[in-house]
Amino acid sequence: MRLEAKQLSFRYAKGEPPILEDVDLRVGAGERVALVGPSGCGKSTLARILSGYLEPSAGKVLWNGNILPKKGFCPVQLIGQHPELSVNPRHRMSKILCEAYTPDADMIAAMGIESAWLSRRPGELSGGELQRFCIARALAPQTKFLVCDEISTMLDVITQAQIWELLLRATERRGLGLLVITHNRALAGRVCERVVSLPEINCAL
Amino acid sequence: MTSKDTPVLAVRELQISFSMYRKGLRKESLRVIRSLSLDVRKGEIVAVVGSSGAGKSLLAHAVLGILPSNAVTEGEILYKGETLTPALQRKYRGTEIALIPQSVDYLDPLMRVGKQAACAGGGPEAQRAARAAFARYGLEPRVERLFPFQLSGGMARRVLIVTAVVARPALIIADEPTPGLGAEAATETLRHFRQLADGGAAVLLITHDIDLALHVADRIAVFYAGTTAEIAPAEDFKRGRDALRHPYSKAFLDALPQNAFKPIAGAQPYAGRPPQACLFADRCPERTNACAGAVAMRALRGGEVRCIHAT
Amino acid sequence: MFERKGTRARFALNTRTRVTVLIAVAAIYLLGVFVWGLFMSPDAYAVHYADKFTPPGGKYLFGADFMGRNMFFRCVKGLSVSLVIGVIASLVSSVIGLVFGVASATAGGRFDKFILLCVDCCMGLPHLVLLILISYMLGRGARGVLLGVALTHWPELTRLVRAEVLQLRTTHYVQAAYRMGKSRFRVAWDHMLPHVLPVYIVGLVLLFPHAVMHEASITFLGFGLPAETPAIGVILAESMRHIATGKWWLALFPGLMLIIAVILFDVIGENLKRLLNPDSGNE
Repeated sequence: MRLEAKQLSFRYAKGEPPILEDVDLRVGAGERVALVGPSGCGKSTLARILSGYLEPSAGKVLWNGNILPKKGFCPVQLIGQHPELSVNPRHRMSKILCEAYTPDADMIAAMGIESAWLSRRPGELSGGELQRFCIARALAPQTKFLVCDEISTMLDVITQAQIWELLLRATERRGLGLLVITHNRALAGRVCERVVSLPEINCAL
Repeated sequence: MTSKDTPVLAVRELQISFSMYRKGLRKESLRVIRSLSLDVRKGEIVAVVGSSGAGKSLLAHAVLGILPSNAVTEGEILYKGETLTPALQRKYRGTEIALIPQSVDYLDPLMRVGKQAACAGGGPEAQRAARAAFARYGLEPRVERLFPFQLSGGMARRVLIVTAVVARPALIIADEPTPGLGAEAATETLRHFRQLADGGAAVLLITHDIDLALHVADRIAVFYAGTTAEIAPAEDFKRGRDALRHPYSKAFLDALPQNAFKPIAGAQPYAGRPPQACLFADRCPERTNACAGAVAMRALRGGEVRCIHAT
Repeated sequence: MFERKGTRARFALNTRTRVTVLIAVAAIYLLGVFVWGLFMSPDAYAVHYADKFTPPGGKYLFGADFMGRNMFFRCVKGLSVSLVIGVIASLVSSVIGLVFGVASATAGGRFDKFILLCVDCCMGLPHLVLLILISYMLGRGARGVLLGVALTHWPELTRLVRAEVLQLRTTHYVQAAYRMGKSRFRVAWDHMLPHVLPVYIVGLVLLFPHAVMHEASITFLGFGLPAETPAIGVILAESMRHIATGKWWLALFPGLMLIIAVILFDVIGENLKRLLNPDSGNE
């Protein structure tokens, strides 16, 4: 149970300068690693490649030594910075929550989701509330690893602490691995066991 | 005429409601900001912090007069002691009162940035002012001929500031200028704000990141559910929770990763609650029956607080 | 900004109610004309040579023509025929637009380029010329007009649908759905349909006036429906022969009815757009 990036490179088009070059990264089972670096150093691009949203230009992403599956449920799930963009604005929250699986009542309670929110649409909830849904949705039984890309940057500090409290509890119970992307060093130190600086492992910079 | 002590921006008992369709054809009024009062003086940075939905951005939009058409406002907004009417807002917008938006997406993508900056003032004089402003922020003359999409992250932030300050506004409103920026970039942006304030402008800095506010602001206003919970000197926030007045501000400090990283339970209530009672009561450790009564803003230890228990 | 409260309260009905009423009235009128004409007995506009060229009045509301036929009933019947052809042609056209738009956006590559080429070709040629060509090739008559109108009105909708689907494909929630193991069909059904449907419906309703107008135009020019059919285009073409002798009612009333029908379709489409658009939906 490990997520590995082997010699990952990425560029948007041939001839353009690479955003990532020869990036190697390894996160073990149940390990929590923070990825830090200034804006524009390729953190979000790496997150999208590791969770299968983007194809690397060179190199590969390995899950337990195998290439990440292109079809079907991806064991590596991504939670993004803007929850309001990650949910279909025309769906009700109950439908959004059950995108991949049907969470039980315990799960919904553990995520701090109130039953009244389920009948609402995304436009009627705040960012912090929507982010709880995105986390619950990503915590499907088949999920083995979570990539969190600045998931609390747009939230106030109280909501941030709430979100991390429940996310850490859920991942610890299930032994999920976690890659946390943040520019907040204090936060990285709080939630992760190991901090990796992307500029140090990214040869493009 | 304005005396020296007249605040550049004074918001008095501002209320904002939205009329929205609930079910089918029924229309309802939703009050999202209630009895909000705030002053910003010359040379001062006032940071407005609070969770999303607390009404931070709406305050900015109300001052600029760019609320959506289904919004209804009550109360008073004074600019240098003069009531801001829609006509005055149109007149002052971009000249006396400037907005620094979140990203270059707010610029015209088809106009060279130098021209856009000069637009703010109008006339050849503005062009000279724009050129000087570009130089002042360390932007080479060639940057003026670039289009917004050609700017790097650091340049973009400086261009946004230049565009806002060319006309030398007396009031600058910055709406969430730093989310997602690295520590260095955020610090640089904030240093620019400090310079502007030291140059005599009044700055209203809207952010959800109390860290940033602490570094640069003179005073911090904590918003909660459409009201001000506490307005206090930034020094008090630096000294820690005991120097603060409102239990919500204290909870804010406790939740910081560098402090206890301990959140309080619950969430900010929705709009449409009874107006008088304390809105924070159901999350408050110090709640008593008296909290259901009217709670007004009152002065306390050099700040203001909306809590009957604060000492 | 502080006076706004008062001015708002003066309107007894809110915008959404007004818009809904407007759409309902327009739809009822059009549906009424359509159904009335459909079930009208031909006796209502039978030939009465004794009454030929009667000016508008009590017995003949819109007057009578050179064969003494009641122009009011003929107009209703004619408009009904035009509506039938317009609506069917629009439906066919909109389905072509929907299928091409979705296919173009999802297939991409060469197929996308080919569809876009077809769209450009269709939009580059003058509408009426293309219509006449197709209608003439198919031997005029109802079938020729119908296919002609249907085959020339799909490009705009194809473009709209294609743009909508392309934009949806890049959204985070659609990509997330794929990563959560949803099949292409499920994603299209769950995530794309709710967004494309409003675009499609508004596009369809706004197609109606175009189709009706074009049907009337080519019939008027003699390339459309045969002269014995009581269609608006035929009626208008006939009236031209008598306009010089001062029989103004033969042209005025059918023309007015056509224009009113076209405007009402436009009213329905534009107001539907306002209701379905989330930006203006809360006004």
